[in-house]
This record gives sequence, structure tokens and C-alpha cells, in this order.
Amino acid sequence: MADTNREITFNNVSKFYGEVLGVNRVTLTIPPGITSLVGPNGSGKTTLMNLMTGLIRPTEGTLSVCGLGPDQPEEFFAMVGYCSQFDSFPKGITGFDLVYNGLMLHGYPYEKAYKLSMEAIDRAGLVQAAHRKVAGYSKGMRQRIRLASAIAHHPTVLILDEPLNGLDPMARAETIELFQSIAKEGLHVVVSSHILHEVDKISDQVILLSSGYVIAEGPIHDVRTDVTDHPMQIMVRCSNPALLASKIFAMNHAVEAKLHSDGQGLLVRTRDVNNFYLLLNQIVESGAVELEAVAPADDDVNSVYQYLIGSEGNSI
Amino acid sequence: MSTARPDWQKRFVQLRAVVTIELRRYFFTRQALAIYLLALAPVVIIGLHAITSPLGRHCNIAEDTEILAGIVQLFYVHLGIFFGCLILFTWLFRGEIVQRSLHYYLLAPMKRDIIVLGKFIAGAVTTSLIFCTAVLLSFIFMYGHFGPKGEQFVFDGPGLHHLGAYLLITVLACFGYGAVFLAISLIFRNPMVPGAFVFGWESISGVLPATLQKFSITFYLKNLAPVDLSGKGLLSLFTVVAQPVPAYIAIPGLFLFVGFMLFFACWRMRTMQISYAKD
Repeated sequence: MADTNREITFNNVSKFYGEVLGVNRVTLTIPPGITSLVGPNGSGKTTLMNLMTGLIRPTEGTLSVCGLGPDQPEEFFAMVGYCSQFDSFPKGITGFDLVYNGLMLHGYPYEKAYKLSMEAIDRAGLVQAAHRKVAGYSKGMRQRIRLASAIAHHPTVLILDEPLNGLDPMARAETIELFQSIAKEGLHVVVSSHILHEVDKISDQVILLSSGYVIAEGPIHDVRTDVTDHPMQIMVRCSNPALLASKIFAMNHAVEAKLHSDGQGLLVRTRDVNNFYLLLNQIVESGAVELEAVAPADDDVNSVYQYLIGSEGNSI
Repeated sequence: MSTARPDWQKRFVQLRAVVTIELRRYFFTRQALAIYLLALAPVVIIGLHAITSPLGRHCNIAEDTEILAGIVQLFYVHLGIFFGCLILFTWLFRGEIVQRSLHYYLLAPMKRDIIVLGKFIAGAVTTSLIFCTAVLLSFIFMYGHFGPKGEQFVFDGPGLHHLGAYLLITVLACFGYGAVFLAISLIFRNPMVPGAFVFGWESISGVLPATLQKFSITFYLKNLAPVDLSGKGLLSLFTVVAQPVPAYIAIPGLFLFVGFMLFFACWRMRTMQISYAKD
């Protein structure tokens, strides 16, 4: 049985803003690790995150984060860190004060709040600008100070709404590294992002949303396998791709085989990936071709996104 | 939290943090500027009066005592503190929603009641400090220019008792109106209409049935006034006390009223959701 005290669970959760649908009948279990929420604008990603953090309440259904709900704020928010999408700050505040005030609200003594603030600001790479007013920060710096504020109290669940927005490539790489180090400690990192190739790089699992509904969830490979409407694409680098193509076409699950322009590769589209691998094994064993590499070509978030959400995805 | 402190101690630290954060903001905002103007307008007028009447040349203490009582009971209680609190307290949460910064509080691991209490205390301290300073300056200017006569009135006569009563009325008015406007700001998006209703209610409370009068801030404050201003034409509507109650009932009565308002505000806050887009 799953340990509900280590999972984020949504049980038939719906949220309506008046007559407008936020999310509808969401039933989910999110295990520890990095989970990405992916979907076009208005698909319900932020609603789901705001629900998780109690900023909004479900119209129907129940949810819990590691066995706790926002109705127990003292325990709940000691465990949760939320870097929201709201690019707004209290008037006239400095970066340091934003983080420090947050920790004072946690009830930390002055010295500890100071130490944790500086530690978080250092992790976000903003030590030099810490005592400057946030209003004068660049977009990337504002993003990072929000991140510092979210991680300062060492949460076990970190929820990040578009955390990579506005960051330059260097800062993005550092931020992703930070998420990965947090996730390695066995913690939850829930991220929403529009940058699909980066989502792909960091996620242990994805949740695909569209128009307020969860379309798919789970490890990206499992999600891709479940998308049976679209044949799986596999890139094979080998010595004799033409021969391989002819043998593959003898099987009825093969939909397409496309020779690569350099003559050393073959892109195969098949409806039965297991049988394809079996056949490939046999061909290689017979010595007809020498295999260099085999890799799924559309076993990623971007492809799954295109298959399940389609042209809507262009808007993101 | 890593420290294993008792809940009440942690909550006190959190409350102190909210009050400290809020106090740092209030004294230098645009809203505070309006409050300074409301508070200091009578001070300027009394100051001019003091300059034009050195050593009480064109006036007498009895008359000036009534004028000061009128300024405190009519201007400060009914207008200055009323509108000062309307401006500040309705902005405590509304301002955070407009600036989209309320979520920083809501994401902190503390009961939302502490946020309400902390903001209320900070607002009450701010308005009390500003208006008490104004009342104190008004008092000093009003009696200072009489020279030894004024000194005798203050230190050997009823002067200090009057000052104490005015300061008490000022603080209680800030707490009372503050609680009402804080509660209102958590119900209405635009507090001006309910604010106008409260203004009307407070104005006519003197002619309301005795039970209804108890739901008015000025009912409790009138009972604490050190100078009787009753029977002065239409203005008596604001000063007459139909059924006087002693201070030991009026003060706890007002705090009970404040407590009720804060309880309601806390209840509203507990169920509050953030949807900045709608605001």
C-alpha cells in the first residue's frame, strides 16, 4: 500500500471560479521526486498549485500533501514552500527582507532567521543584491528571490510555478541543479513549466493538463507507452539500415521506416515496440547488421504533449 | 520548525513578527499622509489660536476647555479618527490584495487569526500614536499660551484628568473603529459604501433605542468624556448620553465589541481565498 504521508493526493478535486472551470474531477497521486505539470495556458496548472498550497479551496473533493491539509497551517506550511507566479512584492521591500520576514513569520529566532536567509539567498545567487530593493531587480532576479523565499525554511515539498521563466541559461542550469539536489534528498518538487525540453530533462514524472482535465500522468516513458494512437518512433543507428528496413516491413506492426540522410540510420515507427525490439535482436544476432545505437525518438514530454494536446501546444 | 517551543510562545513570536513588519510600513504610506493631515489640522488651528492670543489675551480657560472638548469629541472622534481608521484599516488587507502580496502571509505556517491580530495591533498602534500625538499637541497649545494660569489649570486643576480622558478616548476610538473597518474590509471589496453607512449609524446612534446604541463606538466613548457638551443645539446629537454608563462598564463594553469584530474578521480570514485577478 502506498504511504499517503509521503504523497500528494487529489481525490476527485474540482475547482470552479463562478461558472469558469479551473480543474475538474482531478484524482492524482504524486510520489516524491520531480513532478512537472505541463499544459497550455489556462489548462489548470496554477489552479492545481494554488489548491495544493491552500491559496484557493476546492469546490468539490479533498486533497492532502504528505497527509496534511492547509487547514492545519502551522504544520502544513512548515513543510511546504511555494514559489508562485505572482510577480509582485510588498512595496519598498529588499530581497533580504523578503526572505527574512518570511522566516520571522515561521517563528524562527532572529539569528536563525538571519542565517537561513543568507543561506537561501546564497543558493539563489543573490548575495550581492540582497540589500537592494526588489523593485529594482531584473525579472530573473525577482524570480530567484522568490525561489530563495520558497526554499529558505528547508521545505520537504517545493511547489514552483514557472520557476524557469525569466532566467538566463546559466541561472536555469543552476536552478535545475538545485531542484535535482532537492529531489535527490527524497523530497517533492512540483514544477510547472512551458519549457518542455527542460521539463523533460528534470522530471521523474509528468502530469499533462488540458482545459482543466488531467489527460495523462506518470513517468514519461509510461505515459508515452499509453499513447497507442501514435506509433512509437525509434531511431536505430546501424551498418545496413536499408536491409533492416526491408526486414521490418515484413512485420505488420511497422508503420513507417525512414532512412536517415547520412545512410547510417533508420527512423522506425511501430505500434508494437516490444516485438520490434525482439526482431531487432534477432537481426543483430544473425549478423546481418551491426548495431551502433538504439534510442526512442519520441519518448519525451514534447512529443507526448504534441500527441495528447496537439496544436494547442503551439500557444505555449 | 526545528525548535521545540510551546505553541503559545511560537505564536507570540509570529504575532510580534507580523506587528513589526506591518509597523515598518504604515507610517510612511500615502494612506498615512492623509491620516497625518486629519490628525494635525486641529493642531495647526489651535497653534494659530495660541499665537494670536498670547497669555490668553483674547480668550479664557473655561471657553477654551469647551472648544478643546468639542474638537476631541466632535472632530477627532466623529471625523478625524473615524476617517483615519477608515483609510488605514480598510487598506490592511485590501492593499495587500491590490499589490498582490497577501500570499506571502498566507503561505506562512501560522494561523490566519495571527495575521488578523497582528495587522490590527499594528494599525491600532499607528493610528493611536498619530492621533494621541495630535491630541497631546492640541492640549499643549490650548493651555500653553495661558502661561501660569494654564499651568495651574493643568497641574493643580482638572487639566491632567482631561488629558488622560482624551488620550483614553482617542486610543479606544482607534481600536473600536479599527476593528469595525478591518471586519468590513474582509467582506466588501469597496469599503466606501459600508463606511458611509457606519458614519450615518454613528451619527444618529444618540437617538437610537438603548439596545442599538450598544452597537456603536461613540456610545462607549461619550461616557468617558470629561467635559459635558450636551445641550448645544444640533451638535448635541453627537454628545448627549441618554443612558450614561460608568467607565468600568464602557471600557470593557468597547473591548467586548472590538473582540466580537475581530472574531468575525478572523473567521472571514480563515475562509479567504486568493484570486487576485478578480480584485
